[in-house]
Order: sequence, then C-alpha cells, then structure tokens
Amino acid sequence: MQQDHIRNFCIIAHIDHGKSTLADRIIEKTGLLTEREMQEQVLDNMELERERGITIKSQAVRTVYQAKNGEEYIFNLIDTPGHVDFNYEVSRALAACDGAILIVDAAQGIEAQTLANVYLALDHDLDVFPVINKIDLPSAEPERVAQEIEDVIGIEAMDAPRISAKNGIGIEEVLEEIVHKIPAPSGDVNKPLKALIFDSLYDPYRGVIVFMRIMDGSIKKGDKVRFMATGSENEVVEVGYFGAGRFIPCDSLEAGMVGYFTASIKDLKETRVGDTVTSAVTPCEEALPGYRKVNSMVYCGIYPADSARYPDLRDALEKLQLNDASLTFEPETSAALGFGFRCGFLGLLHLDIIQERLEREYDLDLVTTAPGVVYKVFKTDGTEMDLTNPANLPDPSEIEHMEEPIVSAEIMVNTEYLGAIIGLCQERRGIQTGMDYIETTRVLLKYDLPLNEIIYDFFDALKSRSRGYASFDYEMKEYRTSELVKLDILINKEYVDALSFIVFKDSAYERGRKMCEKLKDEIPRHLFEIPIQAAVSGKVIARETVRAVRKDVLAKCYGGDISRKKKLLEKQKEGKKKMRSIGTVEVPKEAFLSVLKLDSDN
Amino acid sequence: MKKSPLSIYVHIPFCVKKCSYCDFLSLAGTEEEMEHYLTAVLREIEEAEESGLQYEVQTVYIGGGTPSRVPPHLIAEIMDSLRKKYTFAENAEMSMEMNPGTMKKDALRIYRECGINRLSIGCQSLNDEELRLLGRIHTVEDFKKTYHEVREAGFKNVSVDLMSSIPGQSAEKFRSSLEGILALKPEHISVYSLIVEPGTLFYSKYEKGELDLPSEESVTETDRMVRDLLSERGYKRYEISNYARDGYECRHNLVYWNRGDYRGFGPGAASLIGDHRFTNIRSYASYMEHPGKTREDDFVLSVRDAMEEFMFLGLRTCEGVSAIDFYRYFGQDITDIFGKILEKQERDGYLIHKGERYSYTDEGLEVSNILMSEYLE
Repeated sequence: MQQDHIRNFCIIAHIDHGKSTLADRIIEKTGLLTEREMQEQVLDNMELERERGITIKSQAVRTVYQAKNGEEYIFNLIDTPGHVDFNYEVSRALAACDGAILIVDAAQGIEAQTLANVYLALDHDLDVFPVINKIDLPSAEPERVAQEIEDVIGIEAMDAPRISAKNGIGIEEVLEEIVHKIPAPSGDVNKPLKALIFDSLYDPYRGVIVFMRIMDGSIKKGDKVRFMATGSENEVVEVGYFGAGRFIPCDSLEAGMVGYFTASIKDLKETRVGDTVTSAVTPCEEALPGYRKVNSMVYCGIYPADSARYPDLRDALEKLQLNDASLTFEPETSAALGFGFRCGFLGLLHLDIIQERLEREYDLDLVTTAPGVVYKVFKTDGTEMDLTNPANLPDPSEIEHMEEPIVSAEIMVNTEYLGAIIGLCQERRGIQTGMDYIETTRVLLKYDLPLNEIIYDFFDALKSRSRGYASFDYEMKEYRTSELVKLDILINKEYVDALSFIVFKDSAYERGRKMCEKLKDEIPRHLFEIPIQAAVSGKVIARETVRAVRKDVLAKCYGGDISRKKKLLEKQKEGKKKMRSIGTVEVPKEAFLSVLKLDSDN
Repeated sequence: MKKSPLSIYVHIPFCVKKCSYCDFLSLAGTEEEMEHYLTAVLREIEEAEESGLQYEVQTVYIGGGTPSRVPPHLIAEIMDSLRKKYTFAENAEMSMEMNPGTMKKDALRIYRECGINRLSIGCQSLNDEELRLLGRIHTVEDFKKTYHEVREAGFKNVSVDLMSSIPGQSAEKFRSSLEGILALKPEHISVYSLIVEPGTLFYSKYEKGELDLPSEESVTETDRMVRDLLSERGYKRYEISNYARDGYECRHNLVYWNRGDYRGFGPGAASLIGDHRFTNIRSYASYMEHPGKTREDDFVLSVRDAMEEFMFLGLRTCEGVSAIDFYRYFGQDITDIFGKILEKQERDGYLIHKGERYSYTDEGLEVSNILMSEYLE
C-alpha cells in the first residue's frame, strides 16, 4: 500500500464526550469486523477500563475504508489514554499520528481536558479537525459549540460534522473527512529504520510486543534491531498489524505504517515508550525527539492486611509490572504494618487502578498508607536526597531546606462557581497565573499548585464545589522551596510510622487536629483509654482520646440458643482479626486511609 | 442403668402483640392455630430420635413468646407427652414464662396440676409510662394482680423479669421499679438490658434519632445500683443477669451455662446433646410442615469449639469454671489451652483464680463480651 493511502490518526476528547463510541463506529463502518466480533467497545478491552469508562493503555487498530472516490485507504486509529496521569503516554501516541479528530460534546462544549489535549496535539504538529458529537441530546447546541471551538481553539469548525456516534448519525461524513483532512505520512522507505514506540505489551508466550509507528525505512522478520535509549539489541521474530482485538502477522512493515513486532524480549523495561527502534546493522543517525524516562509522581506504602500474604503481594506486583513499566516498587518495613512495598505511580488514578487490580485480580486485602509526592531534601552537608517515604526524613537539624513539586493547572468553570473554586485553590496554596473568559459564563483559571495539595481529594472537592461543572487538567512544572514539616501520629504514646506524612508547616496544626478526630472515630474503644496525638518535631500539637469501654449489655440467652451468642462473640473477634496491633491497641486498616479523607466535609 | 440428666425447653411462639424491642418471631395466633401448633409440638416430642429411656429429666422450661397466651390445656398436654416420652426426676424444676394480662380462666390451677412449679413473670418495669414505651400490653396494676394471684394459687418459686437501659431511664427511676419488686419478695429476679435489635420498632426509632437511650455512665451506674441493692436484700448474683435467694437459682438456666444436655422443641428451639448442637428452623411455617425435621444449625462441635464454649458459657456464672471439670471433659489442662488469656485477664483485674476455679470479678462481668471473645480462636 502506498503511503498516500494510509491515514494515521487519533481521537482526542474530554472524558465522556464519546471517543470510544466514535472509535467503535469507525471500526464498524469500515467493515473489517463482523457483528459477532464487535465487543461493546472494541478499544477498551480491559474489564477495569470499561467500568471506569476511561481508556488506560493506548492501543491501535487497523481498518480498511472504501472511500467515495472508489479507492481503499488504510486507517490506523491509535487510541490515547484520557487521563492526566498518563500525559507522557498520550504525547507519544500523538507523535505516532499525522492528524487528530477532536470530538466535542454538543451540549457541554469545550472542557479543560479538551483544551489540554488539543494543545498537546498542536504541539506535535498534528492536523486537527473537529467533530461535534451527541447532537441527538435535547440540550445539544451544535452551533454555539462550533463557535466556541473557533473562538477558543482557533480552528475552523463551522463545517464540522454534526454527529451522534451513539446513534450512528454522520459517521460516513467523518470517514470522508479522515481521508481528506488527515495528511498522508511522508517517510522515506529507503532510509535506515526509524520507528517510534508508543506502547508495549507483555505476552507470556511471545515476550514483549512492541507497538510502533515506522517513520523511515522498513522492518521484517530476521532483522536485527536496536533500542536507542536502552541500547539493547534483538532479532525480530514477527511483524504485523492490529486487527480489531488481535494481532495479524505480515511479511514486513514500511515507512508510514503502524504495527507491531516481537523479538523474544523478556523485560518490558527494555522497550520504553517514546524510544526509537532502528536497525542494528545500519542505524539511523539520531533518535526521534521527545523521549524521556517516566518518573513516579506519587508514592505510597502497600502492605498485605494479612502479613502471611507478603509473598503473594510481591508476585502480584511483579506480574503487574510486566505490563506496566511505570509502576515501581521496592520492599520496605514498617513497625506498624510489617513487611510491604513502597510503590511509585504516575498519579493518583494510576495508584487507584493498581490497588484495585491487586485486590480484584489477585484477591489481596491491602493496607495502603497515605500517598505522598517526591520531596527534595537539601541537607546541611551539601547532599541532596529524594524523599519518597516520610519515615526517612532526616533529623530537622540536618536539613538545610526542602523543595516540593509544583504543577501548573488549568480549571474550566462556570462563573457561578468561580468564587468557590478560587477559594479552593487558595486553600490549597495555589498561585493564580491566569484567568480568561472563554464565554461570558465560562472561565479558564490557571494556577500553580503544589502537587501534594491535589493528590488526595482535590478533584472531588472541585466537583463538589462546582456541582460537577468544573473540569481540571494539570502538568508537572517545577520544584520550589517550601516550608515543610513531618507530622507524626502517636497512638497510646506509640509513634506509628505508617501514619506520618509531610505537610506544609502552616497546615500542620489543622491537619493534625483533623487526623486525631478521624482516628478517634476509626479506632474502636478498648478496655483502657487511648490517647491519640499529633506531633511535629516531638512537640504534641493536637490530642484526642478514645474512651475506655466500661460496660457491655446484659443479653438474654433465649432458650439456650448458644449459636446466637457465639456469633456475637465471633463478630467481636472477627473485627479484631482485621486490625493491626500498635502496642496493645488494635487499629482497623481503614484508619491508615483516614488521612486521605480529611477534607470530606466540604 | 444409670440415667443421664436432661433438660427440656418448649417454645410457645404466640404473643398478643409484639413488644417494641422484640426481634423474635411471634404471632398473635387464633385458638385454632394454637391447637394446630400443639399437634405439631406433640408430634415432634413423640418422634424425637433419642430414646427417652436413657434420660432423667431434671428441668423443663416452657418459654416464648408468651406461654400464658395459649389455652392452659395445651401446656398440660405438652407436659403429659413429655412425661410419656421421658422419666422425670422427683424434684424436677418445671418453669413456665407468663405475661401479665394474658391469664386464662383456671389457668393457674391447671399449671399446678400438670406439674409446673416455677413461674417467671415478665414484668419489665413498674412504671406505666415505660411499659407503654416498651409496647407491653399490661399496666403496673395488671402485673401486681397477676403476682398476687400466682402467690394465692400456691406457687412458691416465682421469678420476675426486669428490663434496664430503657429510653429515658435513670438509675433512680430504675431503683423505684426494683424496690417495688423487692417489696413483693419474689424468689428470683432477672435484669436484662434493652438491646436495640435490627428489625424492631425501636430500631427504626433509633435510626431516626428518636430513642433517648441512657448514657453508658448511667447504664453502668444502674447496674452497680442493682448489684448492690439486691445483694443487700439477700439476693445473690449467680449469673451475669440473674439474682436469687439461696437455693432458688434457676437450675434450667445453669444447664445452659454448664453445658448440660438439653433438648428444645418448637420453632427456633436449640438443643445440645453431648457435643451435638442443633437448632430447629426458626420459620413458623417451615416448622409446621415438618416439626423438628428441618434444622437451621446442626453440627458436632470440635474439641476446640467445645473448649471455647466451656469458657465463655461457664464464665457467665459467678461460680465460674473449674480446672478439674475442664480436665475431666477434655483430658487437658485448662492452662495449657487458655493459660495466657487467663493470666492476662487476671492481671488486668477482671478475673479471680481461687483454687481450681476461675471466675470474673464484677468489673470482668461488666465487659464480658470483650473478655469472652478472647477465648475464640
């Protein structure tokens, strides 16, 4: 197939604007799939993804379209993750495309994420054409939304297809636009191989399956290839393209094409997203731009609720890592929780997903400590350390200063809730860097925010204070000097390492107080009084007390029904089994998460 | 052949009206339904698999529900059929529960004639307002009238049930109920706390925040007052919730705590024969279909289970458990199995170890649920 008959593109959208549905319709209309093969949503084939309604890992599909001009075109549709945690993956998927369809909800219009994704696409020199979806909704205002796209993004939108992906309206028009508005690839097949890795997958039988877009040259079975960032070299075992939901081998792939290869690679870490694949025999001169090693943004401790299952947890993490190179973990020990792992994630959603998969797919009952960001500690002896576990914070006398990560955030909000959202950002130590009216009723707010202020519950607070109307996106900006302290918790005078966290100095008292109140509710009453204290540098700043149980009820034992009595005692006992002992105090595992929910009162 | 001791429980699931705190299955029942029920219970007794010959019945307890709600001849017929099936000890204790305001004509005479020698009267409170709140069908006057009739009919062993922790109740208020009962000089007094169980009228009120339950301090104060006052007046506490004059402890109840053999008849009735525990199905309709043939629980206890029961049942009594009995039943030392827990509870002041006996202190009995759960594996 000639390059001018290939179209490599992606669909960009805000969550719920209909990306996956449109992808399904495109696949359906291009007719490569029988009805039976159609899953509900072909691209989102992980169970978890379907439940959350978002796409986690990027994937690709190749279909054949018979255009109105009578010619056949190959469409490579590359799916992108829709969440800010996976921004780097998104950027690499975009780099594999030549154009993008921007899909906008006809009722909701442009959202913060829409903008972020469009800018990302424009940064990668993609040609973007808009599509207005959900025109079947009673509240749809396609004309207003088209105007908004022109005003805000500055791309032509008056002739944008008005469609309903759900009801299959306007799909033909979209297919023709793909042919005419997305540019054909323009690589040189005679140059040395140069391919961009935009995703990879671990298969227990074939090893790593590398997803790539070939920029120049070609690749076939038996070729020796080199990964330019890691330097590893392997022999190609199989090349092919993506049928819907399966891999279809072929003889070779050439410049402009999208496909995969396998090379008996055992470790996903060798095939990093964004890396360049070239020929080991005649390598290209320089790698494709934009590659970087992804760093974990959020860390937390993960422990098995039942300490006997530590080996199971390790196995599970190892298995998950096979398919998710961005997950990092190393063993750690906590006096309170025993043996576990300090795990690094791209963001909170990523953490959530991993935690859920561990619990669901590996049937593990977990205790998770409060997630934290990576702080930079500059010591008086001139050395610098990355702090991922609050327990490792050096003595304050050894600390010269500390820095915390700052993100730049964009929040789109209706003017009605502007005050509430500005208030929220101020509470979270935000510094406003911009405020633009998109329309008379909608504002784009720009803030610099410390990452540790948004990892817990910022998104929830944002939604609740705007009644769901605010949307939010952010990206890592820089590290800045900050006044930070470690807040410690003592239960019955015993320091609990797993409950410590780093907090902005001026917030320490407030957080400590809330923490103590929360723990007071979480910890069941014992036969003795339990003081709960919050302390900074050994100084107690807040205290609560769990009162002692003095009395339980005198129950009647009806007709010698001992089973009933025993069930009651078992319940009492069972509750205890799920707890962790801190000295003589039994602490439920939920208590370790209570730090997360400190702001649920808004 | 020496016969083994056996206790018998018969359940009568009829009530005029459900009390506000009750989560037990009970029905109003027409006389016809009651007669039907009698037939079913008689059949269950008759068809009970164990041979009556190997046992000697030491105690019988007819509970409910409200046994005094059904025509008295039903009670007499049940007693007759029990006597047909089993041999009775000469001094057998034969208790029946009754509620004021349900008494049928001639009932007390019939009860006496069929051998009932102990009556337990559900009084709950000597305050009309509290009785209304609890959803009881009787007044204080009704109770007193019943009590005097019982005495006049010649019953020499009478127990009165009282309920503490009633919404709005203070220690002082409860004291006046208790004084009123003491003035009547019953042989036995039971005091239970109100427990707000799911599925009751009280529970829905509780969820709406309409139930003014006394504070833990007030409940503790009440219980201590009860303990002190009753001991002052010559009632010995012999179990968490039970007090009696010397020699009037309820022998039937003690069988439950000491894990003696007992056989229960009627829906939801529980039995323990050796280490075999079984409980009839609770549903009235299912019970009526195959009386005594459908069971909810039915299992033989493991040695460990039996050991745990030995502890958490025996320690309810003020006499506590005996290391010698433990060794006799299980062939193992109590300290080898539960030594650590016993030591800890003794150190914390909840348990007294005297000679071969271990028993809870007053403080221990106050938090017995927590302490007893520690014996469970």
